[in-house]
Amino acid sequence: MLSKSKIFFKGTVAVLPHMLSVIPFGIITGAIGVELGFDPILVYATSLIIFGGASQIIFMQLLSGGASSLVAITSVGVINSRHLLYGAVLSEYLEKLSFIKKLFISYFIVDQGFAESNKYIKQNKNLSNPHYYVLGTGVTLWFCWQLSTISGIILGSFIPEELGLKFAIPLTFLAIIVNDLRKLDHVFVMLVSGFASLILFNAPFKSYIILSPLVALIAAFIMLRFKK
Amino acid sequence: MNWFSIIISGIVTYFSRMAMVALIDREMLGTKVKEVLNYVPSAVFPAIIFPGVFFNDFGLFVEITDPKIYGAIFALVVGFYSRSVIATIVSGLLSYWFIIFFLLR
Repeated sequence: MLSKSKIFFKGTVAVLPHMLSVIPFGIITGAIGVELGFDPILVYATSLIIFGGASQIIFMQLLSGGASSLVAITSVGVINSRHLLYGAVLSEYLEKLSFIKKLFISYFIVDQGFAESNKYIKQNKNLSNPHYYVLGTGVTLWFCWQLSTISGIILGSFIPEELGLKFAIPLTFLAIIVNDLRKLDHVFVMLVSGFASLILFNAPFKSYIILSPLVALIAAFIMLRFKK
Repeated sequence: MNWFSIIISGIVTYFSRMAMVALIDREMLGTKVKEVLNYVPSAVFPAIIFPGVFFNDFGLFVEITDPKIYGAIFALVVGFYSRSVIATIVSGLLSYWFIIFFLLR
């Protein structure tokens, strides 16, 4: 039987390859926050309090573009609704934990950690303390995320505006979904969302950021009905 | 951006992580909902990518010759074949910088 610390460490090792994308993404997030003109302390606070790269960037970008807090917060909710799925899958492995431990571990559920944990725990069904694996992935990613966003905040104040670093925002998100371009059903949903956002871009309160994903999800729902 | 909006966003995000683990019975999410949730990234991120590439700072359509369009296409091709997050971002930025600093000067 593996000790708790060994299981934790296995989680740490499993997410190390992801650092190749997490660290640059963190640096970009910090740098863009500063580039958009926000107080470095507030930019860092998003890493600590929100702790989610995509939501942090979108949150800051919307607010800098004049969106209301309500729109920015709602769009963070839409983006993060995918966590419901992760939680539903992980809850099976975390069932035996006390309520307090569940509350604690939840803070560390992120995309890459979820992907690795789910893969490992499925292959090792008899693992005695699977939550240590989840923690190992999450805590490691947390530390790297904090350090890389801080580095980005520091670097960001030196990056000249002529470089047009804002273009890194669409590129970063393109990088996140580029693997799903091999799946036609996903490409369909992406195109619906993209064209909806172009049409709805000038809708009041920057609501395109909430409306376009909703239109695309409805399209996905309809598509799923036809597939069966 | 202020503390209040950051904290509320933090609570919303934390809730999305915690709800299914600690509060809600996972059976509550039907298969249908799970299937649709699978598409959330594909439904959300293009709504940031498309305007980021096709609109300028004033919310107007860019010209067909805009360097952002070619940077994005280059990143898309590199990303598709390399499957690498870094290669996608770096190739997009480098090609964009190449166009604005060398070709357009």
